[in-house]
Amino acid sequence: MKSYTKLGFYVFLVPILMWLFLLIVIPQIELLIMSLRFENDAGDMVWSFENYKEFFVNEIYWYTFMRTALYAIIVTFLTFIVTFPIAFYITKIVNKKYSAFLIILLLLPFWVSELVRVYGWTILLRESGVINYFLQNLGLTTRGIEMLYNDASMIMGLVYTSMLFMVVPLISSLEGMDDSYIEAASDLGASRLTIFFKIVIPYCASGIVSGSIVVFMLTLGNYLTPNLMGGKNSLWFTEQIYNEFIASLNWNQGAAFGFLLLILSSLIIWAGLKISKQNLAKALS
Amino acid sequence: MEYVLDVKNLQKHFADHSAVNGIDLLVEEGKFFSILGPSGCGKTTLLRMIAGFLEPTSGSIKIRDEEMTGVAPNHRPVNLVFQNLALFPMMNVEQNIAFGLKRKKLSQKEIDKKVNDILEKVHLKGYGKKEVSQLSGGQKQRIAIARSLVLEPSILLLDEPLGALDLKLRETMKIELKKLQAEFGTTFIYITHDQSEALVMSDKVAVMNNGQFEQIDTPKNLYANPKTSFVAGFVGESNIFNAKLDKDDNVISEEGLNFKVTLIDEITKNCEVYIRPESIILMPDDTLEGLNLFQLTVKTILFDGSNTKLLTTIEKTNHEIMVSLPQNRQFAHIKDGDVIQAGVHFNDCKCYKK
Repeated sequence: MKSYTKLGFYVFLVPILMWLFLLIVIPQIELLIMSLRFENDAGDMVWSFENYKEFFVNEIYWYTFMRTALYAIIVTFLTFIVTFPIAFYITKIVNKKYSAFLIILLLLPFWVSELVRVYGWTILLRESGVINYFLQNLGLTTRGIEMLYNDASMIMGLVYTSMLFMVVPLISSLEGMDDSYIEAASDLGASRLTIFFKIVIPYCASGIVSGSIVVFMLTLGNYLTPNLMGGKNSLWFTEQIYNEFIASLNWNQGAAFGFLLLILSSLIIWAGLKISKQNLAKALS
Repeated sequence: MEYVLDVKNLQKHFADHSAVNGIDLLVEEGKFFSILGPSGCGKTTLLRMIAGFLEPTSGSIKIRDEEMTGVAPNHRPVNLVFQNLALFPMMNVEQNIAFGLKRKKLSQKEIDKKVNDILEKVHLKGYGKKEVSQLSGGQKQRIAIARSLVLEPSILLLDEPLGALDLKLRETMKIELKKLQAEFGTTFIYITHDQSEALVMSDKVAVMNNGQFEQIDTPKNLYANPKTSFVAGFVGESNIFNAKLDKDDNVISEEGLNFKVTLIDEITKNCEVYIRPESIILMPDDTLEGLNLFQLTVKTILFDGSNTKLLTTIEKTNHEIMVSLPQNRQFAHIKDGDVIQAGVHFNDCKCYKK
């Protein structure tokens, strides 16, 4: 009996290990080697940290990364602000009968590919788009206003894209919270604001953290939305990586940037967990 | 007499039914008061209105002469111990107890002192730094009560807090709660569907049914002199006969048995006779007067220690009757199938209208 469960364990473990090893570890090792190779002046490939140095020496890369990271944090925060009331409404306020239906309504847009959804936004926002059409017909403006291709529209697009990944963990942690905690806090003399900050937020901390990690990582690594809604000047770090690989055909430089993105984003998440006093295992369980 | 709670003609109607139908209630200062009723009788609705989580449709709730309707739960001088206790899992014991004190903006020094005092009073000194998940069921119970009592409320409301405990612990906690109430002197209003909890702990019990009080009385009176058939049936065990009034205080049961009874209600025709298992006397002495006598056939002995009962049928009928069997060896010879003479005094045959 015991040997069977052991066998079962390995049967399920092997595909996961193979998947991790073949599709993640090997390509990463390949990229790591690539990032450490540099073509010197003589035209020979040598081992060097020159590709990494480029990131710190050339201001534009450093600046792009900081900008990307900062915007990703803002997007994560805004996504939380936007989705928390929705999650709270669905789980605590609306009649339980309708909550499943509302959750489906929330998920429905995400059955459409991100590309199509982002194009949906461009149809709404562009100079000859739907919103401009109404504004002109109402006489509020005479000329079409370009609402796309700026940071605000890009952030809006990124928040929209990320909402699902925040709202699902929030709903599941709020669902686990018994209403009596809120009532007990109120009974003990707490105001609504105190209940929110002292009871609801701490209770949902693990859901908030896991949602935030996912949203932050996805936003940081997003290429499509910044490119389509932020336009040519959006300066998203993934675009730099893309440029190195595709435009400059400098794979070594691209690989080094890829690694820097991985390391720096991990550092930011680590710092975030330290500041919020959460731990990763608890947040993801 | 000082009344801490004064409820007048309280009503609560929901869209499809009314949960509380005109309740009047006076609770004296420092008493252990229970509200006893079956599930769905409206007792939780009543409690939630006193706590402030529900607004009454009409009527008034006064606590120490102050009108409470329209006052939010966080501004009422009452505290509620929830059915599931609702101890905050992300805080330790100390933080749980200090939660309400912090809302009152007391200094940290005062808070620490009060927390330690109350922990000592509930016999959990030194448990302040423990996590809630490390406590046993009974300890959680006491922390939940301490968390409310530390705020020195006018009334402590308890919503079936013993329901989740196992039988043994529940018996211990009953006594514990009674002691705590006596030590603190705070008025307790205790909601339960368990008659033994209500009878053991309370100074006074209100029996509730269909959104109304059937009787408010001391546990002893409630048991000995139930005013309505619902109380007679709900509090304690009873043998019930459907009967018709014959003349004066004589009734004839469906099975054709004659009883001399005590009439509680005004009866015209149909009625019900309630007889407690322990009021039936086995093999009564001939000198006893005022007894209804009948033959019982023993079907089975339901052994339960000091609470052992006989399941019998009366005379030639199939009507089953429970009789308490004293465990004093006097009746040790009784076995299944025996036919025994039994009697019950007409004072113990209470007749209610049907």
